[in-house]
Amino acid sequence: MGMELFILMLIAFMLAASLIAIETRDLLSSVIAMGAVGFALSVIDLLAGAPDLAITQVVVEVVSLILLVRVVTAREETQPVPSDALRTAVTLLAGGIFLAVAFFAFGGAGGGATVPPFGQPVLTSANPGVSADYLARTAEQTGASNVVMAIVLDYRAYDTLGEATVIFVSILGAYAILRRVGRRKEARA
Amino acid sequence: MGIAIYLLTFAILLAGLYAVVAKKNVVKIIVGAAILDYAVNLFLVLIGWRTVSTAAGAEGGAAPILAAGQSGRQLLASAVDPLPQALILTSIVIALGVTALMVALALRLHEKYGTFDLENIRRLRG
Repeated sequence: MGMELFILMLIAFMLAASLIAIETRDLLSSVIAMGAVGFALSVIDLLAGAPDLAITQVVVEVVSLILLVRVVTAREETQPVPSDALRTAVTLLAGGIFLAVAFFAFGGAGGGATVPPFGQPVLTSANPGVSADYLARTAEQTGASNVVMAIVLDYRAYDTLGEATVIFVSILGAYAILRRVGRRKEARA
Repeated sequence: MGIAIYLLTFAILLAGLYAVVAKKNVVKIIVGAAILDYAVNLFLVLIGWRTVSTAAGAEGGAAPILAAGQSGRQLLASAVDPLPQALILTSIVIALGVTALMVALALRLHEKYGTFDLENIRRLRG
């Protein structure tokens, strides 16, 4: 119970930091508040029994913070940009409907939940699926002691190959967009 | 308690969605997309969360890593769900690639139009 309360507080912190990131006028503050959200997520990963995710999240967070700070500080943009009133209203409406549906789907009104309740993953249900098999037999099947890494690198290695391809292509795309060599001279208006 | 945790997670997701839909600054849209991504990853981590009742009371599940001398069956009794974690690991790294690509596009837009404001960029086109 104590752990759940702590995680709840961290999620509340994430929500507060994301609202600051979205609503603050200074773009540098906005980017840094986004970094706070990511680091809080990394702490939650650590508490929720996912140390691999915590490490990856910290590394990715640092890299994306560097990229975004580079964008924000290299360019001058001080004028505040307001948000669109109509779109804000539509998003608020859609958000309200979404939260209400989620409330009922998780059995908030006392009805039957259609999603496994918090603290009881599919793993512990009567029909545990593939996760239980991974946990019980990873050691004999792959010789790995870390089940998550055994899934990423042994059971689903083709997924990981695809992920590496996506990363490679996106970095290549970013390079192609930003390069200066071989670009045609733009007409100055 | 559980439902409060899930609903707060969805609130973060909606905050990100709001930034993507309603903001007019390219940097704010990138930040919103990143926050949306965090919320989805958080939700999937929490789906795998497990409460284990021990002699000392209920506590969180262990990381799905075998300790020395521990068998897979023993791990099955105490560990959190490893499958969502394996998929989120992929998702986190891909999010970095997506962010890098969006940042590159934003830099290029700023280079061409001299502003991050999407309204002005639309007006300048053509």
